[in-house]
Amino acid sequence: MTAATQHHPHANLVAEGVSLSFSGKPVLRDVSLAVVPGELHALIGPNGAGKSTLLAMLSGDRTPESGTVALAGKSLREWRFKDLARERAVLTQDNTVSFPFTAAQIVEMGRAPWQRTPAENEDDQAIAEAVAQTDVQHLLERTIPHLSGGERARVALARVLAQRAPILLLDEPTAALDLRHQEDVLRIARDRARAGDAVVVVLHDLNLAAAYADRITLLARGEISASGAPSDVLTAERVHEVYGQEVEIIERPGRPPLIVPLR
Amino acid sequence: MSGVTALSRTARHRLTGRRLALIGGLTIALIVAILVSLGVGQFPIAPHEVWNLILAKFGVDVPPAAPGAEAALWTVRLPRLLLGVLVGAALAGSGLLLQAIFGNPLADAGVIGISSGAALGAALAIVTGIATFGNWTVPALAFVGGLISVIAVYLVSRSGGKTEIVTLILTGIAINAICAAGLGFLTFLGNTSSREQIVFWQLGSLNGALWKQVTTVFPIVLLGLIAAYVIAPKLDLFALGEKSARHLGVNVEALRITVIMLVAVLVSVAVAFTGIIGFVGLVMPHLMRMIIGPAHRPLLLASVLGGALLVVLADLFARTAIPNADLPIGMVTSLVGGPFFFWLLIRTRKSQGGWA
Repeated sequence: MTAATQHHPHANLVAEGVSLSFSGKPVLRDVSLAVVPGELHALIGPNGAGKSTLLAMLSGDRTPESGTVALAGKSLREWRFKDLARERAVLTQDNTVSFPFTAAQIVEMGRAPWQRTPAENEDDQAIAEAVAQTDVQHLLERTIPHLSGGERARVALARVLAQRAPILLLDEPTAALDLRHQEDVLRIARDRARAGDAVVVVLHDLNLAAAYADRITLLARGEISASGAPSDVLTAERVHEVYGQEVEIIERPGRPPLIVPLR
Repeated sequence: MSGVTALSRTARHRLTGRRLALIGGLTIALIVAILVSLGVGQFPIAPHEVWNLILAKFGVDVPPAAPGAEAALWTVRLPRLLLGVLVGAALAGSGLLLQAIFGNPLADAGVIGISSGAALGAALAIVTGIATFGNWTVPALAFVGGLISVIAVYLVSRSGGKTEIVTLILTGIAINAICAAGLGFLTFLGNTSSREQIVFWQLGSLNGALWKQVTTVFPIVLLGLIAAYVIAPKLDLFALGEKSARHLGVNVEALRITVIMLVAVLVSVAVAFTGIIGFVGLVMPHLMRMIIGPAHRPLLLASVLGGALLVVLADLFARTAIPNADLPIGMVTSLVGGPFFFWLLIRTRKSQGGWA
């Protein structure tokens, strides 16, 4: 368990009845969701279902038109940015960097919220751990423009992990990654959840969600279609209904099921 | 794990190796340039005489200098040099701040129209003869003009937290055009002497610098640059994009307003007394970034020293290149900056196919 999680073992992030629309078109309708410490929570759903918007609300980037998002009982809007940064880390889909910083400098930026706090003493350890977990040791001296998309994504993840916040919000962290690094990211996320952190991951790959998530919330057209244990949410009928694609669910004893589109 | 020790928390800000060498080298070069510049000109003063005159000022007993040397040094050259140092530092610092806040290496007070906004404000003070704030009237109106420009650029050229380079440049063209029209109108309205002053602004010159101006500019530039140094680590985080910076605890809106105010202050105080000295804010941060990388604290120190050095050298050239003539310094810096801009363009096109 990281020191950060020890500060607030019960920090709960809760969205209640949140709704939002973009230029009159509803994107989220009356969505409620609790982010629970110790749980890896996957948000899945078709394109435009509102996954990223919901994550943006949980991270405080967007304010709901109705409903509330509260952390430890206090609305996100009342939190100071610095305090919030010590409670939750966010990996966005956009990991471009304006100037040619080295990967090492980027990872180090994850420690910014802890400057001039006792946790500053953990800086080196947090950075070393994040670097090892994301397999970016060999990239550290290189500048961001010289990295591939997948390498950039891993450096960004290392920065987010180095932040050591007890709540982790990851928006499609596997999008640019190869097979092994996709599994790595979800293993890391699961380890963090096992250590007591709360982790929310937006995912497209249903198999990854089925294999790693403790809880899956399936969004469809801005509403929660189902939320619960992977085996309860991911049924062939529901996936077909929400995605418009017939699938076969192959049960494997002692292993996560496989969700395969019928071709 | 040597890579990890290099990663310690202060590595980004620490002055080590290359950064220290660059900053030390620039400091020495600046001091040498100042000492040389003090002796060179229509009234040459030998280096040892320059040195003696400086010592004499500190109460050291030295042999008397040639008649007129002291006056040339203390009432003409030194205020001019110091104003040049301050203006160069302010312009380079403002350029770095602009590039950081726009996340864009092309942002420069001249290119995007802040200098001309400030010049318009200053011209307004001159032509109308307003003196509401006494000595501070010209810089105050220059500040208002610069502030309006920088806010306009910021509001127009950003969308969704990002600035497209093309939009930024086009916004600059629009603002420069509007300010040029305003300056043209004021030139038309003004009498002969104010016309001359407006023309001198657009060309930029350190000629006729006064101690009074130096003492007005000094505290403003010093405070502005100290504030820039204080917020520099947040500018590093800003390079990750607004959202990620916010996720790391930066109050993005407050940072933006602070930077915009600082830029307006630094540019207007530079422009108010010397006119438009272009490209210093573009060239220096860019050059220094190529040598020591983009971490903003060391980069600010290097850029400010480099900007001061560039203006001192450009002024030395401006007043000695042609005997008995004082070239406009803005022309000289543009002579350096224009080709640099070209080179930047070609280099970027080669490495990444140009600016999107």
